[in-house]
Amino acid sequence: MKISFSEQDERFRQEVADWLAGNLCGEFEPLRFRGGPGDEHMYPQQRKAWERKLAEGRWTCVGWAPEHGGRGLSISQQVIFHEEYARAGGPGRMGHIGEGLAGPTIAAFGNDEQRRRLLPGIVSGTQFWCQGYSEPSAGSDLANVKTRASLEHGRWVINGQKVWTSLAHESDWCFVIARTEPGSVGHRGLSFLLVPMAQAGISVRPIEQMTGTSEFNEVFFDNASTDAANLIGQPGDGWKIAMALLGFERGVSTLGQQMQFANELNEVIAIAKANGAARDPLLRQRLAEAWCGLRIMRYNSLRMLSGAQDGALRKEATIYKLFWSSWHANLGKLAMDVLGTDAELLEAAPYQLTRLQSLYLFSRADTLYGGSNEIQRNIIAERALGMPKEPRLRP
Amino acid sequence: MEFAFSDEQEMIRTSAEGFLADVSNCAAVRAAMGSDKGYDPALWQRLCTEMYWPAIHIPEAYGGLGLGFVELNILLEQMGRRLFCSPFFATACLATPALLMTADEAQKNTWLAPIAEGRLTATLAFTRGSGWGAEDIQATASAEGEGFVVDGLFGQVIDGDCAGLLIVAARTPGSTSESGISLFAVEAGREGIERQWLPTMDQTRRLARLQFNRVYLGPEALLGEVGNAWPALHKVLQLACIGLAAEQVGGAQQVLDLSVAYMQERQQFGRPIASFQALKHRAADMMLQVECARSASYYAACVAQEVLDPQGDPQVAAELPLAAALAKAQCSQSYFHCAAESIQLHGGVGFTWEYDPHLYFKRARASESYLGAPAWHLQQIATLIIGEQP
Repeated sequence: MKISFSEQDERFRQEVADWLAGNLCGEFEPLRFRGGPGDEHMYPQQRKAWERKLAEGRWTCVGWAPEHGGRGLSISQQVIFHEEYARAGGPGRMGHIGEGLAGPTIAAFGNDEQRRRLLPGIVSGTQFWCQGYSEPSAGSDLANVKTRASLEHGRWVINGQKVWTSLAHESDWCFVIARTEPGSVGHRGLSFLLVPMAQAGISVRPIEQMTGTSEFNEVFFDNASTDAANLIGQPGDGWKIAMALLGFERGVSTLGQQMQFANELNEVIAIAKANGAARDPLLRQRLAEAWCGLRIMRYNSLRMLSGAQDGALRKEATIYKLFWSSWHANLGKLAMDVLGTDAELLEAAPYQLTRLQSLYLFSRADTLYGGSNEIQRNIIAERALGMPKEPRLRP
Repeated sequence: MEFAFSDEQEMIRTSAEGFLADVSNCAAVRAAMGSDKGYDPALWQRLCTEMYWPAIHIPEAYGGLGLGFVELNILLEQMGRRLFCSPFFATACLATPALLMTADEAQKNTWLAPIAEGRLTATLAFTRGSGWGAEDIQATASAEGEGFVVDGLFGQVIDGDCAGLLIVAARTPGSTSESGISLFAVEAGREGIERQWLPTMDQTRRLARLQFNRVYLGPEALLGEVGNAWPALHKVLQLACIGLAAEQVGGAQQVLDLSVAYMQERQQFGRPIASFQALKHRAADMMLQVECARSASYYAACVAQEVLDPQGDPQVAAELPLAAALAKAQCSQSYFHCAAESIQLHGGVGFTWEYDPHLYFKRARASESYLGAPAWHLQQIATLIIGEQP
């Protein structure tokens, strides 16, 4: 167990920093520190161009295996990449759903043809992905998916509705959990389909959030279709694949998220120093606690990553989401308390929030999406501590 | 960077876990805490001569195993888990690091070899016990002839009534704060030292009060330079916080395990109470606390490793003040939370002397205040990340 970086790692750090200094400028300068959580709707076209720039430097998919087009970086070097990316103010990644979720799933469960056809578009920063999981009646109870698909003349025809789909309006592809076995219930009879977004059978409607902005969407499938070759695994494998994908969600990309959190905490500390809030002993204590939480988050994730060469998560990993989401919501409240009465003042009418107001409001989604805190506690108790499952009415 | 145990470290962990489950079970802890010395001397000898634990971080040149703080941390976590009653913490976590950081060659040869061999136990006495900073060091050391006269009272001295060697901090009369502090190595039997055991609520660790009545010490007792010991002593105290935090992680894990096992067994309303969501969610929050404490502890141990190693990475070693405060604040809070929850989750039997939760509940509180409560450590962190409070 060791936390110091080798000389080779430090040289790599310099290489990343130099590349970012030489490229995150000019036309990309306005993107610095933008496009993070709560700000994901900003500059989509420029951020897609930035993805292609990253790809030119081979800085997309840095943790992927070389045979899939990645750099195959060690955990240490991935940590370094994410640290330097955030330090430089690298914008929120438009490609993160492809790189962090769709790609690893295709690599793990897809066939050779699918890997050859679909992974290069993710690596080159030209194909963008969104996630079609939740539905109006399948939130915490994800297995209650109603969207159905049937195979007709070599194509899967899809009908139904997804909801809370981030970046759907900016995506080329959606991975969809659909019921392919008529009459099936629960986690049986589901399949994992890759669906092109540009077609008449798909319509996307933005959801206006409490922030006044719209990162999330509703996606309607009305006789939408996809080629039979876009089924991952076998019909009926959908639940197994969907659950494995949640494991990828707790992967290395969380390190980049933490660096954004660090930028936010630094901003709150700077304001506290400037406006005198840092003189208040209770706020000082809360700022210290926030700092502790972020440091703990870093080592939570390093423990999680260091133990999982095969992608399988150890029991300890189950706490990760519950911890960061609660921490982030607390930071939002702390930011408002540090600002005091100024916390009320908008950046501009009609409803343009400051970055910290956006953090305060948007972090209320963190404890809900990707499994609410209550679902996370069930997962910890049942999978990590071995306590009995909740009794269910449906088999 | 590799934030996981090596195979060798995993072996040390497994063997400590097995050994302590055997020798420091519930009955053994209760026998030891009620005994005259507060620990089992025969078992302590076995631990020294079969397991070589007090030697683990002592360099080979002085008869030790030459391993680092991470290995020490592994042992402490397992000891905390089993409430192991022994002179280990005071000897290995307080006195040994003080000697490693301040003693000259002759002094290291004199004191470290007997510690490594299990012939000597030791501890650190520095304040009256109501505060843990430089300003709280109040005993005096006046120059007299070639040596010194040490005079004053020391409180909250762990194992102070039975340790063979005392590492003592005292200040030059008239000096204040961080200046004028000197450190001495003193045999406990020396004339003028009165040692009094203090009965405590937590019976798994011994505390004593030491009165030094104008004790004369020769020049060979002085560790490091006269009046300039605070920087090294400060590091020793920070390392001790990290060691204590490791014990707290072990304790927190054990009360979680005990509580889950009890809830699986206990039936009410015709089903195990472990199946009720109200209790599952509390157990989940306990696990969150345990794992966060563990991450803080392992991070801090990696920092301590570089501090203790003369060839350590200076950039990592420089994180010691933050790492120690983080580990002590987090692990104290996590341990207390879990210990308190374990009483509630055990229901009525959790309130009895017969069941173990009260032993952890008491130990958690004692460890929380020793070397500074969480609020004090958070103040230290605030000063480091925000600046002095104006």
